[in-house]
Amino acid sequence: MSDMPRGTATLSPFSGWRHSLAQNMSFLLSFVILAGLTLLYIGLFHGQLNAYPGTFEWTSVVNTAVPTVLVAVGQTIVVITRGIDLSVGGVIDVSNALAATHMKDSLASMVGWSLAILALGAVFGAINGILVAYGRLQPILVTLATLAILQGLAIWILPEPGGLIPPSYSNTLASTQGPWSLCFIALVAVAWLVLRRMTIGVRIFAIGNDESAARAHGIPVRRVKVIAFALSGLLAAASGLFLAASTTGGDAAAGDVYILTSIAAVVLGGISFYGGRGSALGSIAGAFVLTILTNVLFFAGINPLYQSFFQGVFLVIAVFLGVILGRLVKAST
Amino acid sequence: MSDETRTTPAAQNLAIEAIGISRSFGGVEALTGAALTASFGEVHALVGENGAGKSTLIKIIGGTVKPDAGSVVIDGEDVTASGPRTARRLGVGTVFQELTLFPWLTVAENLFVGREPRGPARLIQRRKLPQRAAEVLERFEVNGINPRSLAGSLPLAQRQMVEITAAFMREPRILLLDEPTSALAEREVEWLFGLVRRLRDNGACVLFTSHRWGEVGSLADRITVLRNGRHVATERQFTEHEAVTLMTGRTIDRMYPDRPALPEAESEVALSAEGLEGDVLHGVSFELKRGEILGIGGLAGQGQPELFLSLFGARKLTRGQISIGGKRAKLRSPADAIKRGLAIALVPEDRKTEGLMLPMSVKDNLTLAVLDKISQAGVIRRRQELSLVGGVAERLQIKTRNAGLQAVGTLSGGNQQKVLIGRWLLVEPDVLLLFDITRGVDVGTKHDIYELVVNLAAEGKALLYYSSETEEIAQLCHRVLVMREGRVISELSGAEASAEGLVAAALREGDR
Repeated sequence: MSDMPRGTATLSPFSGWRHSLAQNMSFLLSFVILAGLTLLYIGLFHGQLNAYPGTFEWTSVVNTAVPTVLVAVGQTIVVITRGIDLSVGGVIDVSNALAATHMKDSLASMVGWSLAILALGAVFGAINGILVAYGRLQPILVTLATLAILQGLAIWILPEPGGLIPPSYSNTLASTQGPWSLCFIALVAVAWLVLRRMTIGVRIFAIGNDESAARAHGIPVRRVKVIAFALSGLLAAASGLFLAASTTGGDAAAGDVYILTSIAAVVLGGISFYGGRGSALGSIAGAFVLTILTNVLFFAGINPLYQSFFQGVFLVIAVFLGVILGRLVKAST
Repeated sequence: MSDETRTTPAAQNLAIEAIGISRSFGGVEALTGAALTASFGEVHALVGENGAGKSTLIKIIGGTVKPDAGSVVIDGEDVTASGPRTARRLGVGTVFQELTLFPWLTVAENLFVGREPRGPARLIQRRKLPQRAAEVLERFEVNGINPRSLAGSLPLAQRQMVEITAAFMREPRILLLDEPTSALAEREVEWLFGLVRRLRDNGACVLFTSHRWGEVGSLADRITVLRNGRHVATERQFTEHEAVTLMTGRTIDRMYPDRPALPEAESEVALSAEGLEGDVLHGVSFELKRGEILGIGGLAGQGQPELFLSLFGARKLTRGQISIGGKRAKLRSPADAIKRGLAIALVPEDRKTEGLMLPMSVKDNLTLAVLDKISQAGVIRRRQELSLVGGVAERLQIKTRNAGLQAVGTLSGGNQQKVLIGRWLLVEPDVLLLFDITRGVDVGTKHDIYELVVNLAAEGKALLYYSSETEEIAQLCHRVLVMREGRVISELSGAEASAEGLVAAALREGDR
């Protein structure tokens, strides 16, 4: 490779951004939607309260978004391998229940249990991956089954909502004084960018593109799948821990709502369910869109009973827009 | 096997030694004790009909399929039980028949999978990829491919070229090419052959398969023939006739049947196109008479598929007029075209993924386009269906155990192609658009298809014919329109329309 001529070949300068625009359309769209929705939220807030959202409001938005962001990034990784992980809800349930029942107010207990729960999440994920990759079972079936098992396990650990999260844990992870938990989001975003530049990152995309081609390239397809599911389990456990911290208590069913929100965030982030393309940065934006949407609907004076109706309508419109814009850009290149 | 010893060079020079290879898939034997030896410094061709086991043998040598029995030795190392990673370590590169590019990765990412430029902390330098890829493409004289394009968005020929480049840039010592030219036009084939010869002269071993006899003859140092999963012969040279006889086990005297007589000057115009304009087509006009076989020539990717799809209503035209049987026709969809007596047999670029419903039965695939005709109040008339299917299966000699039960996916490639054609014969069209219907098909089936084409013309059908093999167009068509960049640049007929004449015309700049 060293004898390769350098700098002789030229790339037309203009083709670069056209191509990256066309290829990242749906991903960029999620940020456009996020920006628009944020402005709408500020406007509605101002209209109702004659003030702008302050530290308290933004902190609350961020703290509500973090669990969705974490679980959605994990879901993204699995979806890129052309899989799906329904069990994330169960992993959150179990993590949440374990934290609420076992964590004591000492540094050792908090760190120890946090690490143990993260590891457990990764193990649950790896079990999904093993069943999918080595058992040759469909991801949707495997994770539906493990979801039910984990939900049962969570109920056994914490039969009814309660338990207690040490206040210092809550204050450190999910401070209400400022949107400090943004640093967790920054952390996963950076981790994602690093992953993209690692061999495992290339492999995750490759098997989502074409599994048999990946195998022909000598990529250990089964191992990569196990790793992808394990990462999803790990991030779901992190999500469960953060949820416990921000709600200061446990609920064995707290994670169930995240099954669908994680998938919705992935969809909004422009990640294809056919696998092989997309960016977790898109799902992060998608997770924020879903969080802010709830606030927008609230300030728009919509009856909470009808919230899911409007969420659904919004989702369909957003996805449709993404497809149309994608076609337009494709046609112009 | 007996004359192996005569042609096998010194043992230390052996690159590939596969002995007694058997492999079956779901009870069907693909290989039965097949054998192959190839040495460094030679180009070795592997020929045989579809289903002879060529691809399986290549996959076994490349380590992606494990044999049920037999042994594979590569460069002195027994690799029978190891996988593609071992093969890679030994310097084996492969271009598979089913392309292995990742469609949603860019050309640059595809070229560098597994050997990305690394920076600090061994992280991949993604920004450097396009520039590095551009350098590689330039070094291999591949023009007109943007390294930032998604691989899946490229036309098939370019995808194939990227795939070939990816294999060559790894500087393999043993290169396996499975049907590398099936998607390439003449000029790109020449490019590939140049690369292959250079690699061989540097001491590498190249094993390739092809259905184009001309290529085998001009490139191969030695040729191995497989039939029904067995080794039949290995020689330095065969005549085409010998090879065909060995491959098919039957004697085909002449590859091409006689063309039917030219239609009379006053015979009816079945299809006419006037000034067709689309995003690729520019002012394409022609008339096609009943009983005529009109060829569409030119290099690959000059608007031929777009022309066929537009004529069939499957692609939008911005301007221009199509008339069928003298009547102006506005074709908004294939359904419109079928109603007006048009049919298209288009072997899609990826035969595996388009066109046929692989898990469905032969019968269901055949009757797909005529379900309305053979059903009453939405219920299919079974008797009529069976007689139609039986008739067309016999006419095309589709080899199937049970048309109603056997899934199309389990037929051999040639028979799958016949089903694709048979579907459109059932429509009883006046005009047939035949697009590359012999691509990737073995000689026996090709021969059958040529006879069918000529017979259809003799029956008075109008045929528009495209093939990636120029020889075919030259042998079968009455007239040929040569296309370049979406335009018809010349029209050839008679002696002018020889294979050489067509290639020359395709390469010549337009007359404007």
